[in-house]
Amino acid sequence: MSSNTAQSDTVGMSFLDSTRRKAVLVYLPLFAFLVVLLFPFYWMAITSVKPDAELLSREGNPFWVIQPTLSHFYKLLFETSYPQWLWNTVLVSVVSTFVSLAVSVFAAYAIERLRFKGSKQVGLSIFLAYMVPPSILFIPLANVVFNLGLFDSRWALILTYPTFLIPFCTWLLMGYFRSIPAELEECALIDGANRWQILVKIVLPLAVPGLISAGIFAFTLSWNEFIYALTFISSSEMKTLPVGVVTELVQGDVYQWGPLMAGALLGSLPVAFIYSFFVEYYVSGMTGSVKE
Amino acid sequence: MTLIQRMQNSRNALGFMFMLPAALLLLVFLTYPLGLGTYLGFTDAKVGRPGQWIGLENYEYLWGDAVTRLALFNTLFYTFVASVFKFLLGLWLAILLNKNIRFKTFFRAVILLPYIVPTALSAIAFWWIYDSQFSIISWALVKMGLIDTYIDFLGSEWNARIAVIIANVWRGVPFVAITLLAGLQTISPSYYEASAIDGATPWQQFRHVTMPLLTPIIAVVMTFSVLFTFTDFQLIYVITRGGPLNATHLMATLSFQRAISGGALGEGAAIAIAMVPFLLACVMFSFFGLQRRAWQQGGTDK
Repeated sequence: MSSNTAQSDTVGMSFLDSTRRKAVLVYLPLFAFLVVLLFPFYWMAITSVKPDAELLSREGNPFWVIQPTLSHFYKLLFETSYPQWLWNTVLVSVVSTFVSLAVSVFAAYAIERLRFKGSKQVGLSIFLAYMVPPSILFIPLANVVFNLGLFDSRWALILTYPTFLIPFCTWLLMGYFRSIPAELEECALIDGANRWQILVKIVLPLAVPGLISAGIFAFTLSWNEFIYALTFISSSEMKTLPVGVVTELVQGDVYQWGPLMAGALLGSLPVAFIYSFFVEYYVSGMTGSVKE
Repeated sequence: MTLIQRMQNSRNALGFMFMLPAALLLLVFLTYPLGLGTYLGFTDAKVGRPGQWIGLENYEYLWGDAVTRLALFNTLFYTFVASVFKFLLGLWLAILLNKNIRFKTFFRAVILLPYIVPTALSAIAFWWIYDSQFSIISWALVKMGLIDTYIDFLGSEWNARIAVIIANVWRGVPFVAITLLAGLQTISPSYYEASAIDGATPWQQFRHVTMPLLTPIIAVVMTFSVLFTFTDFQLIYVITRGGPLNATHLMATLSFQRAISGGALGEGAAIAIAMVPFLLACVMFSFFGLQRRAWQQGGTDK
């Protein structure tokens, strides 16, 4: 990629910047950005371990906690359906990601490499499908889900999440497949390999970074999905984590801020954890998705 | 030659086979619902009742409905203000990250966090930050002596609008910054060196080197950003549910309220479909207006 070559050269004229000037113009704003962007997470974490007495008093310093407690987590894990929501989310995200990835590999390979009649148009319509937002689809989709008898089941989500995952994964993988030299495939064809063997033994091993990027991105997208899960699921034990926390933990006028923040934190940690191992893949997936 | 062998050698047959699973899923769960949604917008369907064709009646009703008009205003305001700030702050952050700084990888990884965690969950954190009695912002401002009473962030109309916009900007800036950073990294440093030798000031370098080379990626990134801001649902649903007095209702939340909570599927679908022209206009604008400026390919602008 051209960005790598530019990056190694990016020192450029920066030796001209004086240290003090740089501290004020670069590190100070950067630090301010960091504080603002991370503060809500800090606030989530500190609230989740604060006992109710400290939470609801205006005395003392709210930025710190004097007697940390795990009671909010205990309440969340043993007195609500939180573990069930977590399990539902894991199940739905993992299955829909793998289904979408498998389906997209074939679609992207066909569009990019088989060049069948009309592949250009199909590629364009994949891109258009990627731009259809869930919030204009959820009403008719609820109708479809209901008529298929999938309402209030995990299948409703496993089958509808691919509507935004497939276009995304296909678009990303098309870019990766394009970067694999066609000569490799031609050689294999001459040696007598068929298309299936070429796909499995040559293209896929070379596209592993692309598969990881698409997979990680698709996983976080389905973990974060909200409007479909809110619309298609009604019973508490089928809800996904974001929907469960928002709809079931908010009751009456007295908000349970402790358990709410504990739930938000626990629900964010798995994606953040997985993301931390695959930052580069995630970033390349994100930047790849907006490239044409 | 058997049938299977013949299929393996035909691009069209094999292409059809490879496309089949994706096409089936997308046709059933994307194309068909899109058509069904358009149709529902012309009917008086309710939950559990198919409904009759009523032509443009839904749209006529919605055009005269004060809440819908307010939601349209809110959506345009929300999208415009949030996108402007996301662009400016995102570009600034991208330029900062593109400097030769320590711990660059760390900064880049951490900055994306607001974008990757579930929006519904970070929205709850914002809800708590905006709480009328225990807001940490109010607490800090009171301690600093800047205000006397706690701010009612979500209780008054304009406060609530600004509050949700800030939450949206917070969530969207990392995406804009990281994608623009990728664009910045493709600009060769030699352009800056050459312009510096010619005596260009930092502002001139930004205006005449960075911006022109970055415009294509800005167009794409901002199109996506505007698209997803315009159709936003989660933040509003979690933080305000459209209140106070519908001041923060967006088209998407109003369509959910009318269709799912209120049961008026036809009316809700009409609101959702009414977003499509705006989305198309936005895509067209970016495609024809920003993307293919002739001077970027070395020609002249018409």
